[in-house]
Amino acid sequence: MTSLLAAETSASLGFPILSMLIIVPAVGALIVALLSRRRPEEMKLVATIASVATGAMTVWLTVEFDVGDAGFQFVSQHPWIERWGIGWHLGVDGISLFLVLLTGILFPLAIVGIDPHNDDPARNKPYFAWLLILEAGIMGSFVSLDLFLFFVFFEVVLVPMYFLIGGWGYEGRVHAATKFFLYTMIGSAFMLVSIMATVFIASRNGVGSVTFDLVEIAENANFAASTGRWLFFGFAVAFAVKVPVFPLHTWLPDAHTQAPTAGSVVLAGVMLKLGTYGLLRFGLYLFPEAAHWSRALWLTLAVVGITYGAIVATMQKDLKRLVAYSSVAHLGFIVLGTFAFTGQAITGSVMQMVNHGVSTGALFLLVGMIYERRHTRQISELKGIQSVAPIFAAAFMIVMLSSIGVPGLNGFVGEYLILIGAFLSARWWVVVAATGVILAALYLLWAYQRVFHGEPDEENRTFAELKLREAAVLLPFIGVIVFTGVYPKPMLERIEPAVEQLVAHVEEKAGFTAAEPGSPDPIPAEHADDEADHEEGDD
Amino acid sequence: MLAQDITVSTPEVEWFHLSPIIALVGGALFLLVVGALTPRWPRGLYAFVAAATVGTAGGLAMALWDDVTDQGTGTLLAGALAFDTFSQFLTITICAATLLVVLVTDDELRRTGRDGPEVYALMIVAATGGVVMAAANDLIVLFLGLETLSLALYVLAASDRDRTTSQEAGIKYFVLGGFASAFFLYGIALVYGGTGSTNIGDIIGSFQGSVLVDGNDSLVLAGIALLVVGLGFKVAAVPFHVWTPDVYQGAPTNVTAFMASVGKAAAFAAMLRVLVVALPFHRDDWRPVIWVLALLSLVIGSALAIVQTDVKRMLAYSSISHAGFILVGVEAAGHRAGEVGDLGDGMPSVVTYLLLYAVLTVGSFAVVALVGRNAGGDTSLDAFRGLAQRRPALALGLTVFLLAQAGVPFTSGFVAKWGVIQAAVEEESYAIAIIAMVAAVIAAFLYLRIMVSTWLEPSAEAAEQEAVPLSTGLAVLSAAVFTLFVGIWPGWLLDAADTVTQYAR
Repeated sequence: MTSLLAAETSASLGFPILSMLIIVPAVGALIVALLSRRRPEEMKLVATIASVATGAMTVWLTVEFDVGDAGFQFVSQHPWIERWGIGWHLGVDGISLFLVLLTGILFPLAIVGIDPHNDDPARNKPYFAWLLILEAGIMGSFVSLDLFLFFVFFEVVLVPMYFLIGGWGYEGRVHAATKFFLYTMIGSAFMLVSIMATVFIASRNGVGSVTFDLVEIAENANFAASTGRWLFFGFAVAFAVKVPVFPLHTWLPDAHTQAPTAGSVVLAGVMLKLGTYGLLRFGLYLFPEAAHWSRALWLTLAVVGITYGAIVATMQKDLKRLVAYSSVAHLGFIVLGTFAFTGQAITGSVMQMVNHGVSTGALFLLVGMIYERRHTRQISELKGIQSVAPIFAAAFMIVMLSSIGVPGLNGFVGEYLILIGAFLSARWWVVVAATGVILAALYLLWAYQRVFHGEPDEENRTFAELKLREAAVLLPFIGVIVFTGVYPKPMLERIEPAVEQLVAHVEEKAGFTAAEPGSPDPIPAEHADDEADHEEGDD
Repeated sequence: MLAQDITVSTPEVEWFHLSPIIALVGGALFLLVVGALTPRWPRGLYAFVAAATVGTAGGLAMALWDDVTDQGTGTLLAGALAFDTFSQFLTITICAATLLVVLVTDDELRRTGRDGPEVYALMIVAATGGVVMAAANDLIVLFLGLETLSLALYVLAASDRDRTTSQEAGIKYFVLGGFASAFFLYGIALVYGGTGSTNIGDIIGSFQGSVLVDGNDSLVLAGIALLVVGLGFKVAAVPFHVWTPDVYQGAPTNVTAFMASVGKAAAFAAMLRVLVVALPFHRDDWRPVIWVLALLSLVIGSALAIVQTDVKRMLAYSSISHAGFILVGVEAAGHRAGEVGDLGDGMPSVVTYLLLYAVLTVGSFAVVALVGRNAGGDTSLDAFRGLAQRRPALALGLTVFLLAQAGVPFTSGFVAKWGVIQAAVEEESYAIAIIAMVAAVIAAFLYLRIMVSTWLEPSAEAAEQEAVPLSTGLAVLSAAVFTLFVGIWPGWLLDAADTVTQYAR
């Protein structure tokens, strides 16, 4: 296995692009904060420029990304607090690349496409400032390769989200925002102690000095099995709350439902991925043995989340709550793929993180549009919209089918890879999880039927058709949904090397072979390999 | 006949090394004497003299810092005071906090028609007491410093003659504080009985030089117990905290800020001097006690804070919770106390926390003072409703302080909390570290409640815009800038704090 350290220096632009991804939105937020309160339209302009510039940089990053390279690219490394061995260490690999891109694209769309429902235009200022800070924090979390830095950004994200939900949300917003903040902070409390313990224990076992550098610790530290499991537990709690893994999910329906549309889009689109990304980057990579040891628990919770989320979603009366519970189910798939410990399943998980961000982000956007028109999210009060707004209904249909995972759209590719990959190593869990796919079709199609079919009654007869600006915002989502569904190769070829290297790292450290699944019904290694090759050919 | 032969040996006086204390005492005396003999000074001049005094003292302490790092540590006045970076660090902390409090006090006094030299003189005297406590190398000197600080604080707490709550706070603080001082003094006596000296260097020597034959060190252990009670009262650790909410709420807000910053810093400095410096040989006896105090302070302080409705009371309970955090650092310092070589990060994390918390808390109370005055002395949560609409800059300042108290990254509070938790984890005190973090989350709810009031709830119809006088505004601004600056570039401060483990004795 090639050392990640050696691969680090490969791709570089001679321009600290990753640092700029954090600095540009942060500076944008600062400028918005300094603008005069009397010019709300300028604030939106500045926010647009900052977020579009960031988005353009992420596109550039994706274009320049070295496809065959599994290591971290565009690395930027500077000492920050040398006393504690803390550095400004950033880098992207195939696992984080598309999450960075997704963040870069979602934010301009959320800023340009969705107006905050403000009575007072002066309140635009904090709204856009918080959104930009949120973008900087999320970017920072995805590109940090230093445990301290990651924790800092992971925590920073909470504050703007708290204010966005609390300040611009719906009826129960303060309650939802507080619940969200406290849940996540409880998780972070465990992670903080775990991070420090990791650093100190690692410095005595293999690393040699006190450093918060992720790569150094992951490559050199030798934790005793029981120590590693405790440390992993600390990280895992924080990420499990963020994902959220059943039964820690109860903050999510509240937060999603009460958040303003832009908040929901960002929350579902990228913030939940901090959890699943963290599990991969800091769970599996740092503590392979502990992660592998605890896989049965994770797989079980993931499968429970899939079925439970789907069943509860079926019964929701509130359209936004339905989408929120569908997130619980979808993220269950991602966790399932992560802890299947096969290259395919993890690749599928990474893909699904992006796919879920696109499709659920778009769903929240559409639900937000419905709310703007009808001022209700109750399914029972909506009826027959298809006949008055056919284009709107078509857009909803495409996004919904992507969320269900219909072949030819993006959701299928990720979910299929997860199920196939996990089938090799976790067959019976997959059997149960597959029912989640059927249930997803059930609750989404049923909701579609109730909202869009039939004859529109008095209130729904005036439902306005998709406006040009709304269509312009939705178009990129639908474009990605169709493109990725038809031609996933550009994504897969960038994700796969990094995932393969991660799996190799886990195999080496945890002492098992991914192709030789240990549970519950082992398949012979060569057979598994055949099947894996076969699947790759298909994609 | 005999009298002629006796030459009284006076200790050598290192005037320059004592200059921060001399500056403080000189300033206080000047204010009292000249202030009493001259007619009323022009507005702001009392405050200016006071600010210049503490500013000078703090500047001298900074100048002395290099002396310590260049020439090494030592003791002054025949071993009465220690001359080390620990004492200089705390001197700077106390002077900086006093400076900020003086800025807040100026406006407070003039608005209530109480302008005069007395309050400033008392504050400087109290600061002197705090500096002596931090530098004491003798338990009696430490007690003198403690009493100087405490007596001045009793009077300050009661200094608002127009409000009975202030009088009540003064009396409460005085009765309970006197009680605690008695415990502390008795503890000193017992330690003296057990070791034969009150000088910290000699106390250490007595442990090093003698072998405990019959295993009976009950005198010293009883002394430690009483000392911990006295110190626990001063730092407001649960279960010695009951005075805190009442006194913090009743005292004038500027005095509350002073007690929460200078009072706490000096008390923790004394705790480190007594436990870590003087009694490291009994570290395994006192460390579990500190552990329990930390646990109780964290949990009870945070839990009671969130059910309060008065912001001053909330901040009082939150100060108890912060005391718990600092005790986590003291506990960490106890693991390797008295050893040679690497002593761990316990002491540096405590002094860093003290400095950062002192600035934070003065900033918080400064905003509370402005809002409370506007609302006619009402400091309940309702008075803060809609502050962001009336005074966005003030609300932003308050938010910075509250986020810092909650320990959000890029604020100094994060650096402070990170420091103590790291010190605890380094010593493998995982349990208390996790408890501390969970308590921080509980406390975060409290800060969120205040932020919700300021930002998200509409202003009451009748509420007027708060007046922000220049001096208080300056205090809030500089505290907020410092809070953010250290949150982003903490390296220099951590390096400075790291030297405090090279203490003199």
